Amino acid sequence: MTGVSLKLRAALLSALLLAVFVGAWQLATRPVAAAAGPALTPEQIEYQKMLGKDPTAASASTSSGFPTPAQFAATAAGHLARPFYDNGPNDKGIGLQLAYSLGRVGLGFGLAVLVAVPLGFLIGMSPLVHRALDPFIQVLKPISPLAWMPLALYTIKDSSVSGIFVIFICSVWPLLINTAFGVSGVRREWLNVARTLEVKPQRLAFEVILPAAAPTILTGMRISMGIAWLVIVAAEMLVGGTGIGYFVWNEWNNLSLTNVMFAIAVIGLVGMGLDQLFARAQKAVTYAE
Amino acid sequence: MTDRYDPYDADRPLTMGCRCGRHASDAEHATAELQARCETSAFEAESNAFIEATLVKALFPQDAVRRRFLRAVGKGSAMAAIGSVLPVASLQAMAQEKGALEKKELKIGFIPITCATPLIMAHPLGFYSKQGLDVQVVKTAGWALIRDKMMNREYDATHFLSPMPVAISMGVGSNAVPMNVASIQNTNGQAITLHVKHKDKRDPKQWKGFKFAVPFEFSMHNFLLRYYVAEAGLDPDRDIQIRVVPPPEMVANLRAGNIDGYLGPDPFNQRAVFEEIGFLHLLTKDLWNGHPCCAFGTSTEFIQQNPNAFAALYRAVLTSSAMARKPENRELIAKVISPQAYLNQPETVVAQVLTGKFADGLGNIRTVPDRADFDPIPWQSMAVWMLTQMKRWGYVKGDVNYKQIAEKVFLLTDAKRTMKQLGQPVPEGAYPKFTVMGKVFDPEKPEPYLSGFAIKRS
Repeated sequence: MTGVSLKLRAALLSALLLAVFVGAWQLATRPVAAAAGPALTPEQIEYQKMLGKDPTAASASTSSGFPTPAQFAATAAGHLARPFYDNGPNDKGIGLQLAYSLGRVGLGFGLAVLVAVPLGFLIGMSPLVHRALDPFIQVLKPISPLAWMPLALYTIKDSSVSGIFVIFICSVWPLLINTAFGVSGVRREWLNVARTLEVKPQRLAFEVILPAAAPTILTGMRISMGIAWLVIVAAEMLVGGTGIGYFVWNEWNNLSLTNVMFAIAVIGLVGMGLDQLFARAQKAVTYAE
Repeated sequence: MTDRYDPYDADRPLTMGCRCGRHASDAEHATAELQARCETSAFEAESNAFIEATLVKALFPQDAVRRRFLRAVGKGSAMAAIGSVLPVASLQAMAQEKGALEKKELKIGFIPITCATPLIMAHPLGFYSKQGLDVQVVKTAGWALIRDKMMNREYDATHFLSPMPVAISMGVGSNAVPMNVASIQNTNGQAITLHVKHKDKRDPKQWKGFKFAVPFEFSMHNFLLRYYVAEAGLDPDRDIQIRVVPPPEMVANLRAGNIDGYLGPDPFNQRAVFEEIGFLHLLTKDLWNGHPCCAFGTSTEFIQQNPNAFAALYRAVLTSSAMARKPENRELIAKVISPQAYLNQPETVVAQVLTGKFADGLGNIRTVPDRADFDPIPWQSMAVWMLTQMKRWGYVKGDVNYKQIAEKVFLLTDAKRTMKQLGQPVPEGAYPKFTVMGKVFDPEKPEPYLSGFAIKRS
């Protein structure tokens, strides 16, 4: 069997799985024909209408409340048709909400890169700094980033900056550890050669160590970005205002499962896109020894 | 222009959707109708008539003299005579006059519940912009966040639970920052909702071991629920569990069975009925008719730094409250505040809450016109009652100077002054008595009231 046919078969299997999933969904949510009960009194009909049902309507069927694939598709199409509308601070299109989330993730993640890469270099190159900082890193690393939120809100006194801070704090650790690991793992011989050639420290850092450690650093970035994208949704549900997490919260208020599911799908797709981006970059810097 | 929005047009249905075809949605149509109602000469005339009445009252302090005068000269000539000696028109204009606004762009936080109706509807109806303010009303995820954003100065003013400014001013549950209640947002309008599986447990004595949710510790919901179960002989700290759950998450938790019920704000009580997972055990109106719930407030600092902007905001909110109090406006208000930008709820749910004609979850349609009301007056005795309950359940310890705190936090005098400016009827007094579950509360004697309870922490 060749590689191409394997790819094809995998794609077919994926499509089949999706079809089974949608089929099962359709089956589970199909409307049940309402049992022809005794005729309702006008008062009972009014009562039903107050519960959002219309027993007098032609399609007198009760659904299970969970949206069908068709309803989901209609909602998705509605959102995708006008992704960038802006009706004031509490009602924005899905595209705008995504842009807010991506902006926050980008800022927090960018800051983390700025801090973690140089610091990781330092830790990787100096065993002393490594040992001195290690206890702090080990204690701070396992803290759920959202646990920082009340503290951040209190000290920073700005909810959107607090959101960015939470992204920063969750993406800084994997980056720091991976950078330090990559830097300390650069082969001794290369460093020795550089030293023999009397390469200046700056050149050593940028032309020997950085390329050598780049694949590990990018792995750290990929992990960090994954975590940041997980955390932003939760952070925005807490802080509110804008973003895809706020969108989920707002639709949860309304108990609108269709919209929540749509948001889940969007979050997954965007997360996959971000991951692919870093996978590409990782491939670009990988070298064969 | 005006005939386009004529609410008195017999040929056009007033409440049933946008059939005039001029608006993009039902909500926009309802907005236009309501705007038309408050801009009608009737609304303004009412305010002018009040000013004129005040003047005439000043001229004739004794009503008998006024009546004799009117009967003697006739209404028309009396009006002309008074108009010629008193600058009625310019006084009317003066009452509307505003100082220069220190800050025009304001951010106001709100929780998406019907309690916030006056604050929210003032936005689409243009009451803020009419006062020259550019206000953003920002939906917020929970009460703790409202508190933090208010203390951060991210919000200029906000929708509060009415005990919150009292607690924050005293430094209970946060740092002490002086906060004020400018007006009460709503009275009544809450309910105890129970899961449908408890349909046969209508007596609170059967609730031992139940898990309840309230929106926040410093809320009337918490105080009223504690009061209610304690009257039935249950200790709210030992016999039942009370959790803090943000209102929007109450229905989801009830469905999941995490809680047995909640004393929460609407529309989430009605929403539980709508979803057929809960029923309305009782309306809080039946515990204390006219109890306050939420408030419109801001920090003392904001008021001191921006007195004119605050006054403008005050006028907008009080105008809104007056609109919201009128039963004939309620159905339209439901249309205006239900869309995604505000409450994000099915319109029928909000309409049932506001009109008081609702399904109770037990198969009955009930009509309780005063289920929700929007009486804005921040009675200081309300604050004293809250303080007695905060002390009762151990949120504050030691001696409490009830009246001093109440007068510092609840801006009754300012509310009365602003209402007078707007030509709204202003009631007398500061410390009216209330009846809570059949027991009269005398704000002059908070300590004896407190020691009269069998179940308490202090």
